[in-house]
Amino acid sequence: MASRLESLCQNLQTVLGDRIAGINTALGEVTLEVAAEHYLEVARTLRDHPDLRFEQLVDLTGVDYSTWGDGAWKGLRFAAVCHLLSVSRNVRLRLRAFAADDGFPVLPSLVQLWNSANWYEREAFDLYGILFEGHPDLRRILTDYGFVGHPFRKDFPISGHVEMRYDPEQRRVVYQPVTIEPREVTPRIIREENYGDAEHG
Amino acid sequence: MAEIRNYTINFGPQHPAAHGVLRLVLELDGEVIVRADPHIGLLHRATEKLAETRTWLQTVPYLDRLDYVSMMCNEHAYVMAVEKLLSVEVPIRAQYIRVMMDEVTRILNHLLNIGTHALDIGAMTMVLYTFREREDLMDVYEAVSGARLHAAYYRPGGVYRDLPDRMPQYEVNKFKNAETVRRLNEARQGSLLDFLEDFTNRFPTYVDEYETLLTDNRIWKQRTVGIGVVSPERALALGFTGPMLRGSGVEWDLRKKQPYEVYDRVDFDVPVGVNGDCYDRYLVRIEEMRQANRIVKQCIDWLRNDSAKGAGPVITDNRKVAPPSREKMKTGMEDLIHHFKLFTEGMHVPPGEAYAAIEHPKGEFGVYAISDGGNKPYRIKLRSPGFPHLAATDEMAKGHMIADATAIIGTIDLVLGDTDR
Repeated sequence: MASRLESLCQNLQTVLGDRIAGINTALGEVTLEVAAEHYLEVARTLRDHPDLRFEQLVDLTGVDYSTWGDGAWKGLRFAAVCHLLSVSRNVRLRLRAFAADDGFPVLPSLVQLWNSANWYEREAFDLYGILFEGHPDLRRILTDYGFVGHPFRKDFPISGHVEMRYDPEQRRVVYQPVTIEPREVTPRIIREENYGDAEHG
Repeated sequence: MAEIRNYTINFGPQHPAAHGVLRLVLELDGEVIVRADPHIGLLHRATEKLAETRTWLQTVPYLDRLDYVSMMCNEHAYVMAVEKLLSVEVPIRAQYIRVMMDEVTRILNHLLNIGTHALDIGAMTMVLYTFREREDLMDVYEAVSGARLHAAYYRPGGVYRDLPDRMPQYEVNKFKNAETVRRLNEARQGSLLDFLEDFTNRFPTYVDEYETLLTDNRIWKQRTVGIGVVSPERALALGFTGPMLRGSGVEWDLRKKQPYEVYDRVDFDVPVGVNGDCYDRYLVRIEEMRQANRIVKQCIDWLRNDSAKGAGPVITDNRKVAPPSREKMKTGMEDLIHHFKLFTEGMHVPPGEAYAAIEHPKGEFGVYAISDGGNKPYRIKLRSPGFPHLAATDEMAKGHMIADATAIIGTIDLVLGDTDR
């Protein structure tokens, strides 16, 4: 397994060269980072090159890194993360590309390479507001018709902004601002390294 | 001459053959489907967002509610991702229990799929037979976890508790007399493993019964042969996994290719289809049930061997991940502290990212977890197998008759809880 990952890393280095913005192996998985302008081209090479041959896009997701490590994050905010699988070579690869503009995240679409990207990109657009250039049908997919906002962004509250109820006087369904209070039972904590180890007291 | 226009009809969201709340907008030219546009999200519960506000352990029960017909498999992928981040070893007995329960889940899932698929396209009886067997397996679920459906049985580091020594018994009431109760309790006299073994002995006969009903059934073949054909190349490009991919003739099974837990120690075969139509996918699922039955038998044999090999703990002894025993907690100060910290603050997972995938009954179920070192996940992405399958409905249904839409929805083994998340 380890040798297979090493040979994959070597193949990636030789084939992609300086288009790689970062590559690392952790927990038995290879993560490849590329800049947004190389994203589509690298993805095409990953699919077609005889030494790589990633036939399948298993997963594509948006990630909002803005609150990572309670403000420790300094890089760009939005990324698209793909999980690729090579059925013929039996290896997986994670491909990440950050969108250059935090206010208006745009990335090229991979639908022309892997058709499975179609709904995944719609989902990432719906939940994170990442626009995929060249997508044939970039509609919302999971949220309600006429939904406002991108709910998986870290600044979107878990309770949402509006709630819906039936109003007996107007005899129709109405939307109104949420009436529930946000509540956190267990606060989010990041401990220092080795916290609670016996030798560290 | 009158103008001829295409009809657009809504299939669902309250259609009994839509397997939940799927709204399928079909554009029809006469009776032929020109375009199928599934509208999903009516069951979207934002599980991934909820997970970001819960501790790592509190997320486990949410996973049951995704694909609510193969509950333990969902949990399995999640706990595997957490274990990968934590680099925790799972005791061997827990691994066998997990494999056994995964295969029980696979049988549960395929029974439901084949039963309802047949029901949708006109074979009423099937569902009655498959639900008879599901009842026994749900009793297994209940015996190990206390719940028939939403088990919450797997934990990061192992499983919640060891298999029970006795099965719950039926009691006489105004619907069941003493004779019925005696008959029902006959197989439940021993331990859970005895009950399950009794089931695995009976089950191949049941599968034969299903095959008698369907496999050579002329109506069943007319409704499924040549419907929704997907070539191997298209199946890969469309992100198909599991029986959908194998039905198209691609030999790909994570249990064989990237073995996890103890799948490399059990003996089973992977069935592969030829034509990639609904009928081949049905045959693949039938054979997978037989193979799952074989795996369950092997796991029972191993687990029953309660001498040196089969015995042992079922959850890790890493106290930062799993709680100490109840008994120790009452007497030991350190154990009390561990317990308190674990259930108030929760476990801390080192920063990093991990993707863990399992061969879920429906395909590859993956969990992509990002941690920033906190007691809650930073981001959980659930890769549900039904999502890309449903996305391919348009391609599969195009050019078929409207009645075939039901066959295609049935064959992709659609569960909206899994697709919408």
